[in-house]
Amino acid sequence: MANTGWNEFEIGAMLRTFEGKIDDIAGTLQEDRAYTQNSSFSASVADWRIEKPVFNKDFCIDCQFCWIYCPDISIISRDKKMIGVDMDHCKGCGICVEVCPTNPKSLLMFSEQADEEAELAQWPAKDKEKK
Amino acid sequence: MAFDKMELRDIEVWDGNFAAAQALRQCQIDVVAAYPITPSTPIVEGYAKFLADGYVEGEFVMVESEHAAMSGCIGAAAAGGRVATATSSQGFALMVETLYQASGMRLPIVLNVVNRALAAPLNVNGDHSDMYLGRDSGWIQLDAYCPQDAYDLNFIAFKVSEDHDVRLPCMVHQDGFMTSHTAQGVHTLADDVAYSFIGDFKPMNDMLDFEHPVTHGVQTEEDWHFEHKARQHNDLMTKVMPKIQAAFDEFEKLSGRKYNIVESYNMDDADVCVVCMGTSVETAREVAQEMREKGIKAGVVGLRVIRPFPFFEIAEALKGVKAVAALDRSSPNGAPGMLFNEIAGCLYNTQERALLSGYVYGLGGRDLTKAHLVSLYKELQANVDAGKVLTPLQQFIGVRGPKLAFL
Repeated sequence: MANTGWNEFEIGAMLRTFEGKIDDIAGTLQEDRAYTQNSSFSASVADWRIEKPVFNKDFCIDCQFCWIYCPDISIISRDKKMIGVDMDHCKGCGICVEVCPTNPKSLLMFSEQADEEAELAQWPAKDKEKK
Repeated sequence: MAFDKMELRDIEVWDGNFAAAQALRQCQIDVVAAYPITPSTPIVEGYAKFLADGYVEGEFVMVESEHAAMSGCIGAAAAGGRVATATSSQGFALMVETLYQASGMRLPIVLNVVNRALAAPLNVNGDHSDMYLGRDSGWIQLDAYCPQDAYDLNFIAFKVSEDHDVRLPCMVHQDGFMTSHTAQGVHTLADDVAYSFIGDFKPMNDMLDFEHPVTHGVQTEEDWHFEHKARQHNDLMTKVMPKIQAAFDEFEKLSGRKYNIVESYNMDDADVCVVCMGTSVETAREVAQEMREKGIKAGVVGLRVIRPFPFFEIAEALKGVKAVAALDRSSPNGAPGMLFNEIAGCLYNTQERALLSGYVYGLGGRDLTKAHLVSLYKELQANVDAGKVLTPLQQFIGVRGPKLAFL
């Protein structure tokens, strides 16, 4: 695209989201949709993230709170099972961590450079119920 | 069709505004988003009445400003409708930001501009300040000299603008009050004939095509912006004029009325000529005819198409002329007038460079009288006789006080 000339694109300040005709887009999973390279789904739009969420499968109860609250559709969930975070679109806002109801939380924020394996290995223990 | 047709006489007595409103009715505009302003108000008022009376199937959107009016038109056009509106002067100035959006987004909107002066001082009368303000906006600009032209050019505007090879918005200009409020006999087209000239609207990349989702009005930075603007300029420079000419030809077959990209009167053997726009063309034609009885071979060149600028057509029209006056009805505010500059550009590289002088006239609705034009033609003839321009290059016609002349 970077080398495309002035005469090589459709007129107007207009972009298409999908290649060709679409049908039942609501019933098609994102990975099965024919997104064009102009769609932000095809691009990484997360390079300004400074903190990232790390997902710990061991404590997750698949409540889907994070999936519902994520403002960037970056929580990947299939058949109501939490799979992970789409790091090409997550901006690191931390809302998923905030809404996570498990104890300890199944999602925690770490600096962008943190090592995921190391953080998972030293995940916090369950908080004692305070009375 | 769910709307009523209107029986028109062959010739109706209409002013320019009503002629334009009738054209909008006959074109069956889907959406008019408008914020009325003098002197263009009766155009959108007329459409609204036709709509209320069941003569149009469409939507009239009342908005809070001209900026919103053109924004509404842009939205409706991107959605895939046939869209038009009208404005003047201050309203046009407020629309300017969105005018560039409309043309960059390649949306075929027709804007009737009833030319009026720009404040300050506030003034409701006709000059070409608003028309000049729009000339870099990427729109096609057509110029009507009388109510008949205002009626006919609306059909031409839709035909050209909606063509899939063009897809650029189009303004139809008429002079405030002199054309817009002066009733004249207008030869009409029957509803069916008028509608079939422009045909059903053919959508392109419309947002209501849910099987092909599109995003309109995207952002581009230094990586893409230049290519988009270059494409738009290319299409204005190469694609629009042939389509306008084809539309003029087809319209002539339909109506018997012939329009030209550049209108020439008495130019075959003219020694001196005036280049102007709007109602002044008609006054100048009359005077040029009378000058010939006095032994001065006078002619008139009127611009029918202002943008894209008819560079070669003007040069061709001015072939053989010895002295040319460019009449600008907008204050250049610190420069030669637009027509003076553009015509200088056309003539500079030609073999026979005519003597060119510029005149600023008619600001705020000040009359350009026949007497003014008689002395102007005489001045041009004196230039021809002397073989050089004897006057300053920029003069003012009809302004009170000590003579104003520059350059």
